[in-house]
This record gives sequence, structure tokens and C-alpha cells, in this order.
Amino acid sequence: MAVAQSNGSRTITALVHDRPGVLARVAGLFRRRGFNISNLVVGHSESPGLSRMTFVVEGDNYVVEQVAKQLYKLIDVVRVNDISAENIVARELALIKVAATPQNRAAILETAAIFRANVIDVSPGALIIETTGGEDKVDALLQLLKPYGVREIMRTGRVAMARGAAATGSGRAEPQRTDKSAPDTEVVP
Amino acid sequence: MRLTGGQMVCAALLREGVDIAFGLPGGAILPLYQTLPEYPGLRHVLVRHEQNAGHAADGYARATGKVGVCIATSGPGATNLVTPLATAMMDSVPIVAITGQVPRAAIGRDAFQETDTTGITLPITKHNYLVMSAAELPATLKEAFHVARTGRPGPVLIDLPRDVQTERAEFDYPDDIRMRSYRPTLEGHAQMIKRAARLIRDAERPLILAGHGVLISGAMAELRELAEKAQIPVITTLLGISAVNEDHVLSLGMPGMHGWAHNNWAIDRADLLVAVGMRFDDRVTGRISSFAPNAKVVHIDIDPAEVGKNIRVTVPIVGDAKRVLHALAREVEPAVRTEWLQEIDRLRDEHPSYRIRESDGLLPQYVVRELSDATEGNAIVVTGVGQHQMWAAQHYRFTEPGAWLTSGGLGTMGFEVGAAMGAAMGRPDKTVWSIAGDGGFQMTMAELATIVENRVPVKFAILNNNHLGLVRQLQDLFNDGVRVASGYSGNPDFVKLADAYGVWATRVTERGQVRQAIDDAMAHDGPALIDFMVEPEENVYPHVPAGESVAEMLEGPAPEGERAWR
Repeated sequence: MAVAQSNGSRTITALVHDRPGVLARVAGLFRRRGFNISNLVVGHSESPGLSRMTFVVEGDNYVVEQVAKQLYKLIDVVRVNDISAENIVARELALIKVAATPQNRAAILETAAIFRANVIDVSPGALIIETTGGEDKVDALLQLLKPYGVREIMRTGRVAMARGAAATGSGRAEPQRTDKSAPDTEVVP
Repeated sequence: MRLTGGQMVCAALLREGVDIAFGLPGGAILPLYQTLPEYPGLRHVLVRHEQNAGHAADGYARATGKVGVCIATSGPGATNLVTPLATAMMDSVPIVAITGQVPRAAIGRDAFQETDTTGITLPITKHNYLVMSAAELPATLKEAFHVARTGRPGPVLIDLPRDVQTERAEFDYPDDIRMRSYRPTLEGHAQMIKRAARLIRDAERPLILAGHGVLISGAMAELRELAEKAQIPVITTLLGISAVNEDHVLSLGMPGMHGWAHNNWAIDRADLLVAVGMRFDDRVTGRISSFAPNAKVVHIDIDPAEVGKNIRVTVPIVGDAKRVLHALAREVEPAVRTEWLQEIDRLRDEHPSYRIRESDGLLPQYVVRELSDATEGNAIVVTGVGQHQMWAAQHYRFTEPGAWLTSGGLGTMGFEVGAAMGAAMGRPDKTVWSIAGDGGFQMTMAELATIVENRVPVKFAILNNNHLGLVRQLQDLFNDGVRVASGYSGNPDFVKLADAYGVWATRVTERGQVRQAIDDAMAHDGPALIDFMVEPEENVYPHVPAGESVAEMLEGPAPEGERAWR
């Protein structure tokens, strides 16, 4: 199930050198340029020495293009792709610790089963439920679990990949394409 | 060959063609310094403050086109490099800065003189490195110089823990380097160049906006060829000044906040802007929504992130200015644009910004014009930031490319001292004039000692108005004349001060003394300083208020008792 792109939210992936400080460079870039990211995931890629980052950026074409171009300027960044327009699968993983009593445990397990979520820890007072899916699925499960008392939530954030045999981002955005939505900066300090 | 980390730095600098490094030692960089005597081909210039080592490396780089090098110790040494690194970053100047760091085992423990130098300089360097073993150092040094000087140039910092400087490893300096994640685009897209040529053919009122990128890529001849063939007048941004000979009939001078009024009006009427190696800074555009409302835009820049960043672009061309302009000049058709050139001449007649007011007093503009005449427009001119900078930009007529060194993007007061020193050491064949303000000069004047020690023949022209002049001007024009913290009542006697350092100096208070003083300063074999006591309340015109459109431009002083006229 592909995650519907929420209003103004775009998925960008970046292949980066796995070096100390690369996350600080990327995070610092987003902060000082005023880019609004709602989600950032980093992990090893298929190539040794390279990591793949997935960002969810809030903004229009102008913002996404600037994000991509500014990321490219970082020496450690190998490739940037705006994959929002591609046919992608996007998933996140969430761990949810929910309060459970002998009386309601069965009901919670039933809810988890409907969502095909796994119970990965059981203790006298609580359960930990693991679920994988799009943000909306995780949100929906959370809504249903809230009445029981959600103690802790840990969400990984979105990771995404193109469907089919082609590599993610192979229809990659040209960093030098014509910009149609430059900002109209009325206030200049 | 096995070398220590410190030896590797020296050996690499020599391999990169560096003959001079500016710096100031301290504990954490001492092992590197102690190896300097083994490398007599590498001249070290001991400064009085690390900031000026950075500015000197910057001035050296801008004046020679080579990479400038500065060295500082950890902690305060490194933090003192923040301003010059940010200056170089904004103006795309290639610098390699080498800083000492506390020993590896002490990193992260708040050791004496420890700062997170790579963290602090992350947003103000093109790239930086914390080198944790001597074995990595040769490749890192090679990469640092490569990154600094290629693509859109910029400062690169290498942070070296003290024990890495003493650690031994094999020194195998690579001749070449290929980086998977850094490959600047040099050739412009052929299709885009064709489209740009068509836009130029169809345009009736085209303008070229030439920026620093033209000078950096050495595209002056190509720029001139394009301008002449297609008959396009050339406006040069603050950092693009000297990219065309200012005596050329198609050279229009500077646009923007303090640019010539006719240029701002020409941009307002233009139907095509061909922007080359410039980035539509807010000082150029004013209010974006009112900027060049009738113009399509061809934007040529080596940095793709600049294209489309501030204004909408019709034809983007990412590439090296020299190569793109060469291709574009071949592609365009010869044109005659008599009407447009006449219209610009009319604008110039209607808005005579070059005119300075009648006065018996010592006008700063007059001093700059005399300097321009006395040096025949071919001195290297270095400035600080403020009124004197704008007057120098407006009234010095540059006839040679790359002779204008100023802190444009960051606007660093005090740049004029260290940068002039570095420029003069890099170009001993040229006369170097530092046009300074009394405010900025006092920020960095300690380097007079370095200048004397090294017999650097820099000539200083202080346009002394006992004010932070541009601040005073803003307060007078836009803050009802309420002057807060913009006047100096206790400036030192700059002539005596220079004398104390052993710098030849004189004071000028009247128009009639200007030329003689300039000639005397140039005749003096060594550093010299002239304290020009200029009209303290002279304003820079034109003045487009920040964030306003060309229609709000103030073009000259107000008649008695009135607001400045439009």
C-alpha cells in the first residue's frame, strides 16, 4: 500500500557517504535553510560505505527543488531523488506499549490481529505491539489503542522504495530543471 | 616515504603550489609549526590575530587565483577564523584553513583550548575534515585543495589533533583525485545554450549581469565577445566589478542598492537578463516582486542551487562561465541595438548618479577619483565595508580584471587590512591600495605590525569621517536622524599611530592636497597611510532602501530642509 502524499508532503531519498558528521551536515542544512522536515530515516544501503536517507519534506516544488540542490552541494551526498511522483511503496514500523489488564487483554489482541500487528512482549501490566505499514495505518491502530492507555510509542518514520525492478529514483529529478515557483520575497532584511 | 602528520601538511602545501601561509601558532598546532624549518620553500607569515590570517589568505587567493592558506591553533585560534571563513564562503573564495585540535584522546572532554571546530565551521565552509589518523592525511589534503578550488570555490578546513601531527605514516601524495560525490558540471547544456541564443536574438532590450563567477572562471574575454557580438550592455555586480574594462562603451557599472540609477532603471525596462556567475543577491534585486518585471532570465552559474533560488529563470544553464559564454558567443547572431543603447544613454543623462555635489570640502568621492587617476585604474583595490566601499565601487574606474577585492556577501568590516596584506604579498608586481573606513580599519589595524615586519608595500587610504558612515546615513535617511552609536568622538590620530608602527603617513584635509599625498605615498618605498579627513556627513547615492523597488530609489541629497529627491 502506497502512502498517500499528504498535503504538501514529499518523499526524498539521498545516498550519502557513511562518514562521521554526515547526519549533522544534513540536519544543519535543513535547519539553516529553514526547510521543514517531518521525518528523517537513516540506514545502511546496498553499497558498502554508503547510507540511504529518507526525508519527508513539507513544501511545494520550489522547496523540494531547493532541498535537492542544497543537499547535492554537500560533499558527502552522492545522489538525491525526489520520489514523490514515482510509484513507490512506503512503510514505517511502530512499537506501541499499551496498558493491558486481564480483562481487556483479549480485546487488545483482537485489535492487533485485525491490523496484522504482532505482539512482541507481554507483561502483567502491558503489551508491546509491533506494526508495519503506511502512516495512516499506524495512526488508525493508535486511535483504537488509545482508550486502553498508550504508555509509549516509538515510530521509525517513513522509508520508501520504487516498485518494480528499476532502482528507486531512476526517474530522478534533474537538479537544473526550470523553476516555476520561486518565492516572492517581500521582506528583505 | 614515511612522514609525520605535520610534515605531510608542509609537503602537501608545496605540492599544491602554495608558497605562503598566514598563521599564528599555539599549543595544539605546535608540532606542525616545528616542522616548518624543514620546508624553506614554504613561507610563513606570522600575523597578530588569526582573523587577519584568514583575510590575508582570502586576499591572496582573490588577487592570484590560487588557493590561500591560513593556519591557527585550536579553540580561540580556530574561532577567530570564523569571520574570514564565512567571508570566503559568501564570496566563493578558495581557502584551505588548517587548525590544531586537542589530542585524539582528549576530544570531547572539554580539554584546554578545545572547541568543536568542524561543528562550528560546518555552515561556513564548503567542506571540512577532522582527521583522526596520519594515514588519512595525504588523501584528505589532496581532496581539500581539490574541493576548495574547483566548481564554485570556497573555504575548506582541516582540523588536526595534535598527536596526528606527530604520528608517522606513509606519505603517498596522489596526483589526481576522483570523488564519487563531487563532480561539478562544467559544460553547459547545448540545448539550453541554443535556447538562450534564441532569447538573445528575439530580445530588444537585453542586459548582461556579470558577477564574481566571470572573474573566478576567467571568462572576461568570452564575456566581452558575447557583449560585443550581440551588442548587450554589461552591468557588473559588486563582486563582478572589473570583469569588463570600465572604459568599454558597453560597460554600465554596478546595479542595486547603491548602483547607478540608470542601471536600475535599465533593469526595470529590460526584456532579457543574461545573468552570469551572479546570484541575485537582495542588494541587487531589492524587492523581488518589482525586480526586472518585464524580463525573461537566462541564468548561467556553476552552482545549480543558485539557479532558481531567488528569481524565476526562463533558461537555466549550469556550467563554468568561461565554457558556457564561449559556446553562447558562438551561437548568438550579431546584432545592432542602437535604440536600446540610446535609451540607456538617455537614462544616464536623466539620472546622472556619477555627478557629485559641488563642494569646497574634501569629498570622499573625489578622493577615490583622484586615486583612480593617479593609479590609471590598474591598482589592486581592497576595501572594507560601508560608505567608503560603495564610493570605491562607484568611482574607481577599473581597467584590469580581478583588481577589485571586497567583502561583498558577508560585508566584513576590517577585511581591508588583512586582505590587502595578502593581496600585496601574492602580487608584488602590483600597487595595492586599501581604501578603508575609520571604523573597519580600527577593527584589524594591528596587522600594521605584520605589514612592517614583512615590508609589504600596502598603501592605505582611510576615508575618515569619524563615523560608522553607512549606519549614520541609514539613521539620517530612515530613522528621523536619530543617531545611535554611529559616531566616534575619540578616534586615534592615525598618522601618529602609523608612525608608531613605522608606517609612512600623512594627513589630508583639503582638496588641493589629495593628489600630492597620493603621489607621495606611491613614491614611498614601503607601506604608507593617508588619513583623508573627508566630509563627515556625506551620503552614498543612489540609495534604494532595503527591500524596496527601484521606484523608491533616492538619487541625491535633499535640497535644504527637504527630503532627498527622487
